Amino acid sequence: MGVPNSNWQLSDANREYKICETYPRELYVPRIASKPIIVGSSKFRSKGRFPVLSYYHEHKEAAICRCSQPLSGFSARCLEDEHLLQAISKANPVNRYMYVMDTRPKLNAIANRAAGKGYENEDNYSNIRFQFVGIENIHVMRSSLQKLLEVNGTKGLSVSDFYSGLESSGWLRHIKAVMDAAIFLAKAITVESASVLVHCSDGWDRTSQVCSLGSLLLDSYYRTIKGFMVLIEKDWISFGHKFSERCGHLDGDPKEVSPVFTQFLECVWHLTEQFPQAFEFNEAFLLQIHEHIHSCQFGNFLGNCQKEREELKLKEKTYSLWPFLLDDQKKYLNPLYTSKSPKFTVLEPNTVSFNFKFWRNMYHQFDRTLHPRQSVFNIITNMNEQNKQLEKDIKDLESKIKQCKNKPTDGILTKELIHSVHPESPTLKTSLCFKEQTLLPVNHALRTIEGSNPADNRYSEYAEEFSKSEPGVVSLEYGVARMTC
Amino acid sequence: MEFSDLIRTGRAQAKLLRGPEAPPLRGTLCLTGHHLLLSPGPQATSELWLLLLRSVDSIEKRVASDSGTITLRCKDLRVLQLEIEGVEASLDIARSIEALSSLESVITSFPFFYRPKGLRLGDAWHFHPPERYYKRVARETNAWRLSEVNEDFSVCPSYPRAVIVPRSVDDGALARSARFRQGGRFPVLSYHHAPSGTVLVRSSQPLTGPQKRRCAEDEELLRAVLAGARPGARGFIVDTRSSQAAKQARMTGGGTEAKAAYPGWKRLHRPLERGQPLQESFVRLVEACGDLQQSTDSWLRRPEGCCWLAHVKEALSAACLAAQGMEREGACILVHGAEGTDSTLLVTSLAQLILDPLSRTMAGFQELVEREWIQAGHPFQLRCAHSAFSHARPKHEAPTFLLFLDCVWQLGRQFPLSLEFGEGLLLALFEHAYASPFGTFLCNSEKERCLCEVRTRTHSLWSGLNQPKEQRKLRNPLYAPNPLAIWPSVELQSLRLWQGLFLRWIRPPEPSEVAWEKVWQIVTDKEKTKLSQPTVSASEPQL
Repeated sequence: MGVPNSNWQLSDANREYKICETYPRELYVPRIASKPIIVGSSKFRSKGRFPVLSYYHEHKEAAICRCSQPLSGFSARCLEDEHLLQAISKANPVNRYMYVMDTRPKLNAIANRAAGKGYENEDNYSNIRFQFVGIENIHVMRSSLQKLLEVNGTKGLSVSDFYSGLESSGWLRHIKAVMDAAIFLAKAITVESASVLVHCSDGWDRTSQVCSLGSLLLDSYYRTIKGFMVLIEKDWISFGHKFSERCGHLDGDPKEVSPVFTQFLECVWHLTEQFPQAFEFNEAFLLQIHEHIHSCQFGNFLGNCQKEREELKLKEKTYSLWPFLLDDQKKYLNPLYTSKSPKFTVLEPNTVSFNFKFWRNMYHQFDRTLHPRQSVFNIITNMNEQNKQLEKDIKDLESKIKQCKNKPTDGILTKELIHSVHPESPTLKTSLCFKEQTLLPVNHALRTIEGSNPADNRYSEYAEEFSKSEPGVVSLEYGVARMTC
Repeated sequence: MEFSDLIRTGRAQAKLLRGPEAPPLRGTLCLTGHHLLLSPGPQATSELWLLLLRSVDSIEKRVASDSGTITLRCKDLRVLQLEIEGVEASLDIARSIEALSSLESVITSFPFFYRPKGLRLGDAWHFHPPERYYKRVARETNAWRLSEVNEDFSVCPSYPRAVIVPRSVDDGALARSARFRQGGRFPVLSYHHAPSGTVLVRSSQPLTGPQKRRCAEDEELLRAVLAGARPGARGFIVDTRSSQAAKQARMTGGGTEAKAAYPGWKRLHRPLERGQPLQESFVRLVEACGDLQQSTDSWLRRPEGCCWLAHVKEALSAACLAAQGMEREGACILVHGAEGTDSTLLVTSLAQLILDPLSRTMAGFQELVEREWIQAGHPFQLRCAHSAFSHARPKHEAPTFLLFLDCVWQLGRQFPLSLEFGEGLLLALFEHAYASPFGTFLCNSEKERCLCEVRTRTHSLWSGLNQPKEQRKLRNPLYAPNPLAIWPSVELQSLRLWQGLFLRWIRPPEPSEVAWEKVWQIVTDKEKTKLSQPTVSASEPQL
């Protein structure tokens, strides 16, 4: 990211988790922000989560920062906090203005003021532009997903019931809200080169969503497999998204469970749908990650913050998910990925309503009958590999021919050349044939999938209709009788 | 009447707006009998812009002090705007477009004047005669014959000259059965499913009427259908109306087959929407797609959107029912609704696509459309007279064929490797069915086509489509022949709005199209490397 630099430095203020328990040990802050300012600011922020750097855009010299809501109540002020924000805006040499994004709906933020929390007053801070973006809280999201799953689990709904059910669950509307917030953030940085400070209530749910999606839009590195892992480690795991509580790993408060991370993955999926060539990974990768935040098989997502993880000694006691995924990397590669295309440096997704679709592969993962029976993905991956292999073979052969040509330096007979090539060719040919054969069974496997049993397709009702006992001769009379009466 | 009578002002200076993405075009607007042309002037680099007047669905004019704006809504759902200099000129041009785009006469329509380079008249018309399909059936079974009872279109005006019927029924019986069926559409073979030896037969409703009339020859014909399959075979009559509607049809002389009169046959009702309600749901869907800007994100959940998807679902599941009856139950299937020219064809053609691997190839699908829609007498001219934008009150218009294309698209989405053709062909068929320089979709039946000499005086769409330069647009690069039946999922989660058609001119060009280019590239790379590989290895033994 290009930090530390002349404007940003690594701060050791939280080295012992003294200032903020839910932040990681290492934090980047503006160089001009001294420790007393940081400490003072953290006292003015909910849970001590003071503004720190989340992503630094090297080219635009603008930063994404994150924090929690200020404890402003109706009129409280904090000079240190104001100084810190000023320091952030001064750290951006291009644009002195900075955006403060409150990702909550305005009403919720106002309600928080009564509890001594709230949002920044534009008059108290110099050079800020304050903005609400209106993403609903975890409780709304939880019940929204519940409704969505209810609709999808009900069989035999009529078309209009199904769609009005989808609509009233509001799930796609929430996805769009998250996406819109991320787009706003990315635009502020790319168009205006302005730094942005993002917060919600505690700064670990909606803030994580918006910061990570924003970085994903801005930086193609995060769209690679490794980069995406880094992104999750950074904005979710280390900044204290409460995975244990949100995923309900332990028998805790059911009100703390919420599909915030799922929502983030779904937003990423929507981006992969809109930009099929911009991501190195595919849908299976997202689904796999989603599975393992709940599986508790790996240590990454256990606990609620870094401090807790260190106390549990997860690093020593558990395996990490990432090497496991990297081992199987081939399965998660997107065959259409074009890494160097200038078109995909900054993604500008279109949030027209028809671009938001129901993620069938996520919410009906285990209902095989609903999915397409043939996978374009696999076949393209296979072809791509085959192409590469064949191209390599061609190159090998060509280089061998060249070698052979060079050998008889006297430049005499072509016959000799022929003889030198000839003995090799059978082995080469067999190797080629062999490769073809090994690739074929994959295709076969694909094809056999759709010799599917129609019972899978829920046509069983028809089968009943067919098997109703046929009227014989006797009931023929009955038929006549009914016709005449 | 001459075209020139209708053209008052032939040319004017104009600016053309083609939606949000394309840049506006300036130049001289020119009106001819069949086309609207915009020539950007000699020094401009862009090409001549051309619009077939027939494809204009509705026209709207607005005038300002010294210019006029004409909004053209096309049958392929495109919306164009013309800004024309001069009030008088713009009004004249609008009036002329209105008159010229709604000419009724078939023989003065553009296909009769269209003479593209590289095609010869009458070239592709011999591609798909009924005799050709009969040859295939004859190879598989001996129980059917080609009858020319309809040689002069006197038995059934909407059938082609030759139809395939059970061998044991003679032409006289066919003629009498035809009198018992609406529009003379007696039961004929639509598809023979060789693996199970069963057949798909279609007809129109029997004219039982309130007196419950019977017809011995018709009963004999259906008995022969069962006997031809195998002794003791069962049959199902798939009626595309509800049982209620079928009963009501008796009052107007129609009705259904009585159980007692047709032993071995059992009736199933699969009500499909048709006619005006179908057209209305099409119009409303297009409207909903049009006002995306102001609508909320819940637009598809509005009744307009889901109505159409409900029709798609019903059509697909009726076709699955018919296909399953043949493949899994080993039963013969007779499909009919009322007239047997709309939803009947929808069901029979989709069932074939599900069962028959050959109909999923490029040539096979064209044959299917030709045989099951054009020659089977789907009244294209009536059904496709207007598309979704027309203000005229719909009389006979119905997007049945579009519904068929949508179902095929859904099949293609669920089985992306099993269809040899891609979305491009479906879009092309949609466009050409509504307005085309080719003669293939002209008229309502073979009889009318004969009267107008369509075959000798116009070009066939198939020869236009099968030119090598068109192939990349139409083909599915990933096609791999699939010998099995493709059973689609008809669950709502599996059906999608066909964005490529309904939002084609509304959404900006998608990155996914670029991705599709990449797929093409990968596939052609594969073919190239495959080709070059044998040359390397083949050259060696020679040496």
